[in-house]
Order: sequence, then structure tokens, then C-alpha cells
Amino acid sequence: MSQSDTSTLKTADGISLKLSLQRSLRRKKRNALLLVAPLFLFILITFIIPIAYMLVRSVDNQIFAEILPTTAPLLAKWDPLSGNTPDEEVFKAFITDGKVAAQAKTINRLGKRLNYEKSGISSLFRKTGRNLRKLEPEKLTTSYKEALIKIDKKWGQVDTWEILHRESGKYTKSYFLSAVDMKYDANGMQWKDDDSRIYLNLFKRTLWLSFLITFLTVLLGYPIAYLLATLKTSTSNLLIILVLLPFWTSLLVRTSSWIALLQKEGVINDFLFAIGLITDEGRLAMIHNQTGTVIAMTHILLPFMILPLFSVMKTINPSYVRAARSMGATSFTAFRRVYFPNTIAGIGAGGILVFILSIGYYITPALVGGTQGTLISNFIAYHISGSLNWGLAAALGTILLLLVVALYILYDKIVGIDNMKLG
Amino acid sequence: MALPLHATTGERVWHYTFLTICVLIFGFLIIPILVIIPLSFNAQPYFSFTPEMVAFDPAGYSTKWYESFFNDSNWQAAVRNSLVIALFSTIISTFLGTLAALGLSQKDFPFKTTIMGILISPMIVPLIISATGMFFFYAKINLLGTHIGVILAHAALATPFVVITVTATLTGFDHSLTRAAANLGSSPTNTFFRITVPLITPGVISGALFAFITSFDEVVVVLFIGSVNQRTIPWAMFSGIREEISPTILAVATLLITFSIILLFMVELLRRRNERLRGITPH
Repeated sequence: MSQSDTSTLKTADGISLKLSLQRSLRRKKRNALLLVAPLFLFILITFIIPIAYMLVRSVDNQIFAEILPTTAPLLAKWDPLSGNTPDEEVFKAFITDGKVAAQAKTINRLGKRLNYEKSGISSLFRKTGRNLRKLEPEKLTTSYKEALIKIDKKWGQVDTWEILHRESGKYTKSYFLSAVDMKYDANGMQWKDDDSRIYLNLFKRTLWLSFLITFLTVLLGYPIAYLLATLKTSTSNLLIILVLLPFWTSLLVRTSSWIALLQKEGVINDFLFAIGLITDEGRLAMIHNQTGTVIAMTHILLPFMILPLFSVMKTINPSYVRAARSMGATSFTAFRRVYFPNTIAGIGAGGILVFILSIGYYITPALVGGTQGTLISNFIAYHISGSLNWGLAAALGTILLLLVVALYILYDKIVGIDNMKLG
Repeated sequence: MALPLHATTGERVWHYTFLTICVLIFGFLIIPILVIIPLSFNAQPYFSFTPEMVAFDPAGYSTKWYESFFNDSNWQAAVRNSLVIALFSTIISTFLGTLAALGLSQKDFPFKTTIMGILISPMIVPLIISATGMFFFYAKINLLGTHIGVILAHAALATPFVVITVTATLTGFDHSLTRAAANLGSSPTNTFFRITVPLITPGVISGALFAFITSFDEVVVVLFIGSVNQRTIPWAMFSGIREEISPTILAVATLLITFSIILLFMVELLRRRNERLRGITPH
């Protein structure tokens, strides 16, 4: 070992130093992966898979083939443009499948599903199911087609079969079409009539209110963040508690206090009445409408704007503005040309955060929004627990998720997710 | 922020206008929270100040809404559910989150940004979407309406906060300390428990507090995937506000505000202690 060449350096147990280092680095990397793996799996199972499952639910249409297993492939071969009802074998398959499903009491589920396509189908299926249960196909004296048409003449119409034909596949576009206010008719995909459009307006309203709330949080958050960033640390440490306390207070506490403040018999109206600004009849309607949603959500989301703005402003060197002033800029010019451009990253970060949070808000609009101040998420909740149209809920959720992911990518471009800070 | 001596009149006027604006905004932030405290002592079942209250007449005040909170078995069950669910989901998320943060803080971790993105996705995805997805999936695997289902869901929602807080603590972590320990003959396990753990503990505790409050305050997911047996405090408040507005809700709100003030101070103390330990003195 007279040569001191690095390649021949050995560790105490006689392995080359280079190899030993590599081994130890590899071990370190493996350990790091092992540490992350449990959480990764946990999030995968409890979160990512459910979200993926929701995406599947938004196009899933297995129910047709499940309930009418032999009809589905036969119906797929039929050409609705021929103008004739399907062949006898389709009717035969439908009666056979339908009888089984009627006895298993599953046929009404399919009727309910197809009722989303055209109202009236649910009752058609219920009626057909009732009759099929009694029907004995072996003893039929007429053709299957005539037997089915005898139950309800709608089975003799091409329209009915066209809907069944369209929705007989394993996947369907129909939930997404409903989610953007479109429908099928004789000419293919169409916009719905103006008076039955709901969701596009709702998406527009959600985006507009989120934008308004974001704008208001910038307007109110900017002065506060500026004040906190320019004060002495000991003072700003005290004042920041006024920002952090709302941040830590339960969402429902803040929502209920806005109800106490804003309602007709609430604190603000009582106060305005007491000082004589309004009459008893002239009490302001500030809640159960869009005003209520905007005020309460601006208050709730304001800390999410102030905190990122504050952390950006703290890094701005005060000598920049001093330099501008010393070279003759007025304080306004110095602010506009030097200070403000430096804070744009903070406005972007806080703005996107507030925007993402507000387009998915559910609780506050549900409690203070009335009918005019509700957002897209309130309709998702309604379809989950009210109308039970889960496919539509999943489709609306998927569209909302795509919006959020797009904004999130933007956020990552502006600030980077690694720089996310709390408090 | 102090006004320089050479300030012009215009600058002085603007300075005081600005301060007034700031005071108003601080008022907007804090008054809605403070106003609920006196209202919860209202003797009448109103959500506003009665003339007796304004006149500071003791007859206008009462603690009966607190009594009705403490005597109502539904509210007590809600408190129990909230605490049990928050406690277990905090334990799960703190344990898994801290391990992951330790791994992620290693130098040149492969696909760090992607993995970090996946791990903190529960924080980014709007709750309504998480709740919808979990509702479908948990219905399929029969976890709807169970404590376990809600605990797992809340743990998933809370881990991003633990990962972010502990990772932030580890960013300032001086790795030469562990190398020095190893150099002095300490085993990796010993180094971990005697060097790493004491240094990251403040970060872990504040991550755990974040996780706790996330679960304690969460209502959308529990509304979707829970049943009456999992009714938590926020759920009870939500349905209370929707159905029959009773000032008991204001009493609960006041208790929750007290609770959040305590949590806030704990987190602040930990943050400052953490900065001290890492040698970053606030200036």
C-alpha cells in the first residue's frame, strides 16, 4: 500500500472505499424509500383510489349489461337509423332478461337509471316489470314483439329502443353531457333548452364568485400583509395573532357568527335600526343570497391570502424602496414601480390558493347562500344525498377536479409546491 | 412603518388613512369571532343583542345555553365522537407523515416532486371531491357509517399537514450532527433517538396539532361517509344551523374558540422553540 491512488483505498474490512461509499448511499436511498412507502400506500388506498373510482363512476354504465345480459349485445347490433323497431330476437331476449330481472326486483333500478335520459322510462319499466313477472313466455300465442307491445305501446316506438340502444354499452357519455347542459335527441348531441340549463350557469357563477372573493381577499389582505411585513418583528408577531386566530377557528364557528351578524334580526341590522339608518321594514337582506356567501367566504379565506403575501413581502429588501426614493421617486412611484412588482408572486400564490379553495367550497354556501349563493359543490352534494343521481355527481366532481388540477399546475409554476408553508 | 421626520403633509394624511384602513380590516377579521362570545350568554333565544344586554343588565345574561350543551346527550355524544375520531386519525397521520418526511428529506430522493405532489394531494383536492370519491369507494368496501372509515378518511386528509410541517423542520436540520454522532461510535438507532428525535419533536408536535384540528374541524367528509353514530361537533353544528337555530350553537362556538386559542398558542410556542433550536433567532 505504498501508492496513494484513490482506487486502491480500502476500508477497515478490506473493501474498496468507492464501492463501500456506493453501497452505503444505495442503502440510504433504500431506507428513504422504505420510510415513504407506508404513507404512499396509505394515501393510495384511502385517497387516490377513491378519486379514481369517482372518475370511473362518471362514465360507468355496467348496470345495463348486468340487468339485461343477453339483450345488450343483440341490441348493439341493431341500427336505430333503419327506422324499424329491432328484430324479434331482441324482443325475445328482452322478455327473457326482463322476467328474470323483474323476479329479482332489479329491473326498476335500470328504469331509474334510464329515466335520467328521458323521463317516463322509469314508470314504463315498472309497468313492464309487473307484467313480465306474471307472463309465461312458453305459453305465448303471439310473437314476443306483440306481447311486449301489448304491455305498453311505447315498446313499439323506435324512440324507446333508440335510448336503450344508446345506453346499452359499458360506458356512457350521458352524465358528462348532463353536467354541461347537453342532451341527445334525433339530431345527435344538442344543447338543452335555455330554461332547463343549470350546470353551465352554475359553473359560471362558481367561477365568478370565486374570482370576486379572490379579488376581495387581495384588496383586504394586501394592506394587512404590508403592515405586518414593515412593522417591527415584536409588534408584527403580536398582530399576526389577529390573522392566525380566524385561521385556527372552526369553519362552522365563523359561519354561525356571520349568520348572527347578517340575518334580518341580526346584530348589524339591529344596530343600523337602533341608530336610525334603516326602518324596521327596510332591514337589509345580507344573508341567504350571494352577498352572504361572498362576505362570509371572504372572511374565511382572507388568512390564506395574508399569510403567503406576508412571507413574500418579508423577503423584500427595504433598501430597494429607499434607493428609489433617494433617486427622486415619490413614495407612490416607488411603491408602484419597485415594491409592488416584487409582491406579484405573493399575490399569485395567495390568489390561486384562495381561488382553488373557494371553487370547491360547500359548507358556507350551503348555510348562508340561499338559492342564489350556492355553488357547484352544493349540487354535487344534492345529487349524492338528495336525487341519488350518483353518476351525475361523479361527472360534476370530475369537471371540478380538472379545473382544480389545471389551477394547481399553474400554482406549481408560480410558487412550486415545495414552497408551501403553513402559518 | 414609522413616519419619517421629513414626511410631507400628503404622506402624513396617507399614513394615517392607511393605518385606519388596516384597523378596519383587522376589525373585519376578528370582530365576527369575538361577537359570538357575549351573544352566547344571551338570556333570550335570539342571535342578537337584546336591550337588557346592551344596558348590561345582569338579567339579560344567562349561562343556560352552556347548561343545555352539557346536559344534552346528543352534544355529549358528538364531543366524544369528535375526540375519538380526531385522536386516532392524528396518531395514524402523525406516525405515517413523520416517517415519510424523514425519507423525503434525504438528499436526491428519486421523483421527489411527483411523490410529494401525491402525498399532499388530499390538501389540494377540494373536500367535496374527496368526499364524493370516498363515498363511492367506501360504500363498495363496506366502510360507510363506521368509525374506522371516518378515521381513515380524516387521517388521509391530515397527513399533508404533518408532512409539510415536519419537512419544514428538517430543511433546517444540520446533518453534520448525525454524522458527528456516527463518527463518535453511535449506532444509527441510537443517533436517531438521541439526536434526530429531540430536534424534530417540536415540528412533529405542531404537525400533530394541525392534523388534530383538521379532523376536529372537518365536516364535509364525515357528512358524506358517516352515519348518525359518527356525528361529530361540526356535523351537529351544521345540522343545528340548518334545522333549529338555538343559541346552544353559540355556546359551543365559544367553547371551540377557547379551544382554538389554546391550540394557536401551543403551535406558536413550538414554532418559536423550533427556531431557537435550529439557531434561527427571531429578529
